[in-house]
Amino acid sequence: MNALILISLLGIAVLFAGIFNLKNRSIYLAVMGLVAAVALNIGDWGTNVSYYNNMVQFDNYALAFSSLMTITTALVLLLGFHFYKNGDGSTVDLYALMLFTLVGGICLVSYSHLAVLFIGIEILSIPLYILAGSKRDSLSSNEAGMKYFLMGAFASGFLLFGIALVFVSTGSFHLAEIGSAISSGSVENKGVLSVGILLMLAGFLFKVAAVPFHFWAPDVYEGSPTLVTGLMATVVKTAGFGALYKLYQGSFANMEGIWFDALWTVAAITLLVGNISALYQKGIKRLLAYSSVSHAGYMMLAILALNTQAGNAIFFYSIAYSVATVAAFALLIAVIDLRGTDTLEAIKGLGHKKPFLGFAMSVAFLSLAGIPPMAGFMAKYYLFKTAIEMNLIWIVIVAVISSIIGAYYYLRVIATLYQKTDGETNPVSFDWAFYSVVGLTLVGTLVVGLFPEQLLTILG
Amino acid sequence: MLTTALILTPFIGAAISLLAKGNNSRYVALLVALIQLGITAAILGSFIPENGVQFDQNLAWIPSLGINYHVGIDGISLIMVLLANIAAPLIILSQFNRDIDRSHIYNALILFMQAAMVGVFVALDGFLYYIFWELALIPIFFIMLGWGGPNRQAVTLKFFIYTLAGSLFMLVGFILLYIQSDNGFDHTALVGLNLDGDLQLLIFGLLFIAFAIKMPIFPFHSWQPGAYTEAPTQGTMLLSGVMLKMGIYSVFRWILPIVPDAVAQLQGLLITLAVIGIIYGAWIAIKQRDIKTLFAFASFSHVGLIAVGLFTNNAMGFQGALYQSLVHGINAIGLFYCADIIQNRLGDRLTEGKGGIRLVAPWFATLFAIVMLGTVALPLTNGFVGEFLLLIGFAEYSVWFAAIAGLTVIFSAVYMLRMYQLVILGENNTSSNFTFTDLFASEKIVLVILALLVIFLGVYPQPILKLTEPAVMQLLQQINA
Repeated sequence: MNALILISLLGIAVLFAGIFNLKNRSIYLAVMGLVAAVALNIGDWGTNVSYYNNMVQFDNYALAFSSLMTITTALVLLLGFHFYKNGDGSTVDLYALMLFTLVGGICLVSYSHLAVLFIGIEILSIPLYILAGSKRDSLSSNEAGMKYFLMGAFASGFLLFGIALVFVSTGSFHLAEIGSAISSGSVENKGVLSVGILLMLAGFLFKVAAVPFHFWAPDVYEGSPTLVTGLMATVVKTAGFGALYKLYQGSFANMEGIWFDALWTVAAITLLVGNISALYQKGIKRLLAYSSVSHAGYMMLAILALNTQAGNAIFFYSIAYSVATVAAFALLIAVIDLRGTDTLEAIKGLGHKKPFLGFAMSVAFLSLAGIPPMAGFMAKYYLFKTAIEMNLIWIVIVAVISSIIGAYYYLRVIATLYQKTDGETNPVSFDWAFYSVVGLTLVGTLVVGLFPEQLLTILG
Repeated sequence: MLTTALILTPFIGAAISLLAKGNNSRYVALLVALIQLGITAAILGSFIPENGVQFDQNLAWIPSLGINYHVGIDGISLIMVLLANIAAPLIILSQFNRDIDRSHIYNALILFMQAAMVGVFVALDGFLYYIFWELALIPIFFIMLGWGGPNRQAVTLKFFIYTLAGSLFMLVGFILLYIQSDNGFDHTALVGLNLDGDLQLLIFGLLFIAFAIKMPIFPFHSWQPGAYTEAPTQGTMLLSGVMLKMGIYSVFRWILPIVPDAVAQLQGLLITLAVIGIIYGAWIAIKQRDIKTLFAFASFSHVGLIAVGLFTNNAMGFQGALYQSLVHGINAIGLFYCADIIQNRLGDRLTEGKGGIRLVAPWFATLFAIVMLGTVALPLTNGFVGEFLLLIGFAEYSVWFAAIAGLTVIFSAVYMLRMYQLVILGENNTSSNFTFTDLFASEKIVLVILALLVIFLGVYPQPILKLTEPAVMQLLQQINA
């Protein structure tokens, strides 16, 4: 809770910093504030306090997820030094908006009342609509903002309607009370409840870009400024799954049938459609968009399993995915600067020209592909194991096949990096913040992959 | 401790080699490989075949998932470790007089690969084993990608995706085994599982896909000829010399003792597939004009016979498979090196338009002949011992089948001798001022060592066979228990 207040205030402080034209220094302010927020989370560890008549609850789950998102946001902000190098004073507003997005994300992993869930989703989304369209002179950025807003508004509508129906049938907005109403069998109208659950699920699937609600993702990802896309691919996805798991684990776990079949189907087609579509992308940014779709499919395995390890499995997967994705987007920014565009054609030979960047990109993509000893492998392994222990063999087989398809497009990027033919390389220099983000994510990917014990058991 | 040293030495060596400037990295890499060979010799010296797993070390790694760092060496591991560590210095030495750009990365990757492969051969925890198995894929991917032939991107991706596909199914198999066993992934625990029939078949299928692709066994071989042809010479040596033995070793370690009933049930099918591979590989090899591709199919054909040995379920077959793994590694490295030397001197590797090399390069012609005869399994060469054991083992299963498989010896004589005749013997009739520089010092060292190994292992196989015999007997006990 302290962290939540701190980050909210931080966002306002950064907005004020804009008045005094503290362009770069506002990043220092924001990053230091986020580090302090993580420290507060660590201080609160194990306290399990709830606030506002039990509407938000900061247990270890909430603290762990909010720390992860806070760190991810800090890394994205650090990339701002390079990305907004030539930006004017108004870039400070964007940093503030990113912080507000994070506030929404923290609400999403700490709610225990559905009103907070809805407020959290809106706090998360509204800054993102603006951020997506923040490259004002770019048509595709405007398109992205508009598209994201329209689709997001629909999704919010679905979610709200779903919440209303769940309330009608169970008589409560509280996760625990909904859960006990369902498990005690006191729900009068099961049909209404099922429709409510499915509508809520649809709302979530929009947010995490799962098939068949993923159509906005590639265009929005491609049109938005790359830094914003990085934030969408990491924080939004982590928050979305953190919230979805809380919802199912807290309320719907004993609801037999309908949601399970729906989620199973969605997971399977998300995995296949996400990975197969990614095969046909020529641009790396679009490729990462589809890759992000497919990773939503993997994370759904844990929600299907819903056993004692599932929360930890989602958390660990989010760590591995966020770290590798931040690295991938940092390097994507570098690629676009160095070669002008992000097509596969453009990155030929870049690995030879810029050995460190090539190495870092290889590690990030190998991790996304799930190759040991990178973190992405451990995460995938843990998910598969969790799912197989709940006898979900077939969906794991689908996930394995998708991983094989996935490996192809990730490795094709690496292979293209090391082709002999050479493109024109623009003379661009990168600052310390850029290199430290790449370095940290690189080390993080390897360390989390090789020594996962602490993180695998952090949520018990 | 010594086992861990075997894994760490090449890893550290790889890091040092990365820091070395230009061609110095070769000397660093060679030194590291020789130190590694020294450690191997120390292990060999104090290894007692009858004692089962030795030099073992067991540390908790990820206790919450029942994963341990458990390594150790028994007879089956030792012969593979021996192969990997004899091969590595020769492979490093084989590029001494070649111009290779970014040589420091190249050598680092070779050492990295060696470390990962040794890890595969000594890991006694299923998960640790899997990590090493996958880890070995990364350096060879970059070796092929960075230094391969013109068609390398497509071939490398095919190779990687093929093997990764197998690996992921294997991972699911290991997760199933893990769930059956309360003690996690430990090899001893998995051997003692006594799974029921259907589960054995499922796990066998999941594991076998990975191993069959790696060896490869017909019909999982289609990645192989392209990869062998497009990879740089050292990459091909690593692939055919050592990496494919990971598949053979893995069947010994993780299939035969753990799911023996499934193997017994599918024995006929497995052996038939292997025999098809023998004939099919040899048939295509006869038609090849590119020497390297010819050797690639020859390798595929010979591995078919080793695969037969794996599934005969008798001591002769197992002993033959292990011995022939070592032999095949040595011979494959020698053959691909000879192909590289021809390419280096003449600019191409086709069998046409050559000949007369014997007249100008007697050292090369002689050493090439010895290595080639080893492959053809001439008596008193190493190949003879291995294939003889395999065929005896096979005959215990079925005499008729063994007779068909025995054709491999005749077939290989056909394509090898014909190739040798076209390329090395005769007069050169294409140009009057034909030149072919005889072996340079480093090349001579590599080929002489290989030729000596061919002859030594052919004349005096007893020490090696004694190393593996108790382990094979123990394995047979486990299978028939």
